[in-house]
Amino acid sequence: MQQAGAPARWVPEKREQTWLAWLFDWKPFLIVICLMPAVGLLLVFLTYPLGLGIYLAFTDATIGRSGVWVGLENFIWLAGDPIFWGAVFFSVFYTGVATVLKFALGLWLALLLNNHIPFKSFIRAIILVPWIVPTVLSAIAFWWIYDPQFSIISYVFVDVLGWRDTNIDFVATAWPARWSLIAANVWRGIPFVAISLLAGLQTIPPSLYEAAMLDGATSWQRFRYITVPMIMPILAIVMTFSIIFTFTDFQLVYAITRGGPVNSTHLLATLAFQRGIPAGQLGEGAAIAVSMIPFLVFATLFSYFALARRKWQQGESND
Amino acid sequence: MATVEVTGVTKFFGSTQVLKDVYVSIADGEFVVLVGPSGCGKSTLLRMIAGLENITGGTISIGGRVVNTVPPKDRDIAMVFQNYALYPHMTVFDNMAFSLKLANAPQSVMEDEVGRAAKILGLGQLLHRYPRQLSGGQRQRVAMGRAIVRNPQVFLFDEPLSNLDAKLRVQMRAEIKELHERLKVTTVYVTHDQIEAMTMADKIVVMNHGVVEQFGAPLDLYDRPNNLFVAGFIGSPAMNMLEGRIEDGAFRTPDGAAWPLPPNGTGERPAEVIYGIRPEHLRLDPDGIRTTVQVVEPTGSETQVVLRCGETAMLGAFRERVSARHGDVLPVMPDPALVHLFDRQTGRRISA
Repeated sequence: MQQAGAPARWVPEKREQTWLAWLFDWKPFLIVICLMPAVGLLLVFLTYPLGLGIYLAFTDATIGRSGVWVGLENFIWLAGDPIFWGAVFFSVFYTGVATVLKFALGLWLALLLNNHIPFKSFIRAIILVPWIVPTVLSAIAFWWIYDPQFSIISYVFVDVLGWRDTNIDFVATAWPARWSLIAANVWRGIPFVAISLLAGLQTIPPSLYEAAMLDGATSWQRFRYITVPMIMPILAIVMTFSIIFTFTDFQLVYAITRGGPVNSTHLLATLAFQRGIPAGQLGEGAAIAVSMIPFLVFATLFSYFALARRKWQQGESND
Repeated sequence: MATVEVTGVTKFFGSTQVLKDVYVSIADGEFVVLVGPSGCGKSTLLRMIAGLENITGGTISIGGRVVNTVPPKDRDIAMVFQNYALYPHMTVFDNMAFSLKLANAPQSVMEDEVGRAAKILGLGQLLHRYPRQLSGGQRQRVAMGRAIVRNPQVFLFDEPLSNLDAKLRVQMRAEIKELHERLKVTTVYVTHDQIEAMTMADKIVVMNHGVVEQFGAPLDLYDRPNNLFVAGFIGSPAMNMLEGRIEDGAFRTPDGAAWPLPPNGTGERPAEVIYGIRPEHLRLDPDGIRTTVQVVEPTGSETQVVLRCGETAMLGAFRERVSARHGDVLPVMPDPALVHLFDRQTGRRISA
């Protein structure tokens, strides 16, 4: 029925397959090509530094001298070093207390934000501020807030309210300094926890709450029997990350107290840096850093087992 | 067992009115279906009975007690949700026993009650499974089991079958109906499927735009629809509607075909009417009105034929096998006694 002058029916061109096309169709080649960038990045930026760090921990390298293999000497020396054990204690204490507080407050905040409140999206955006500002910036702010002489908190209590006669001691003695650092870390960490848990809360279908309400659950029981089990998987992920970030924290402590007073607020990360770079004892610093690995492995294992998909999340497979 | 009285209920979401002065009266043990198109307010009404939505105006009473301010758990009702709302982290047993657990019932009572419900629904083998491990029909049954365990005065169903495939839906339809026959508990059931409504209900509430269009027994709605909306909504395939005038004792479409009128009642008939005839009430008649065949759809039990009469497309469903082809002329005749007339202005039924 084609009329003269009408365009001919379009026929897709048949292309000859070139050797290049053939090569890319060959699965082993394709797999290698696709994996190369990722594997390359991992090797150069993760595996090499980690390997080098572990190697250094077994040498007596200092800055400017490559050092020789000394075996476990660094670790044996650290085992007798009270400052190292102080750092271990404070790292665990700091992580434990800060994590509990972050999760208690973060969950509470997430529950509040999950309700219908005016300016919801604006408030959610504001919540993120402590998290998105650079750590060093907020650390400097806290440094100022905790200043022995010019602290705004002291100013409010002493000069404005008149409740105290002397300025508050935030970072001048060991325990107040420790609690002050924990407070700063909690302040910084809450947004991450709150926003992540809020995302988890929003995946819970409202009809579950309605069904529970009809079943006679009070609001506490709805939280206990619906909310908690339903956000457990995401809570475990967020907690693992939070523990790892808190345990390896460096910036806040180094910017506010530099581990002082009298080494009382050293975390393992700050102590490793202090010994390794300013003091030049690369081997010893590396050994302190390596000693964090067991703790981190433990945290990862915790996540591995806690995150192992719960029975109720699995598909049709048998129990 | 209880009655449910919905008296002059209105509902606003912000400034949008979704229910306008709704009256529904449900007798003890009755199975009432709320049916209507999406957004007609039927689910909202059900959720208001459940206590999940507050009531803007009017009263709802269950068993003679006004429940406007009574919290859901004290209304003595149980609800089956469209997505079943099973607790995914609990086994079937725990799902069904949850209300008892919250009431601090002893283990033996929980086992008895869940066992009783599981026996009614045939869930005995599944009690230790998680909802994820169940098929759609099984989840549906668990949701009903959870409702049965509560021993409620009223069952509420919110489109419970819409997530099931067609075959299972027919099967579960019969199961729910049978369950109701057995337990005789007052039931309010929401659906958008008029077949579900027709087959299951003792009484149907047809809703549209927040208004109750008609409330009555299924066959009354089919035989005597109050208005054009109900006429078009109830019955499948839908009723044919022809626009035209009453002239010289017959109904005439603009193109001149004359259709027989139903026997005259006492009422006055306006000139401008809509002539409604169900496809199954048309029959083949050599002396009938001449229509042109568009499409023939044989289903075996009957033959549906899309016809054209002047400018109007209509559907006929015939018991006979029709061998006509596209373009053939097919004379059809309605049964005058089964013709419905509606006022074109108001859309209301003109009583015959």
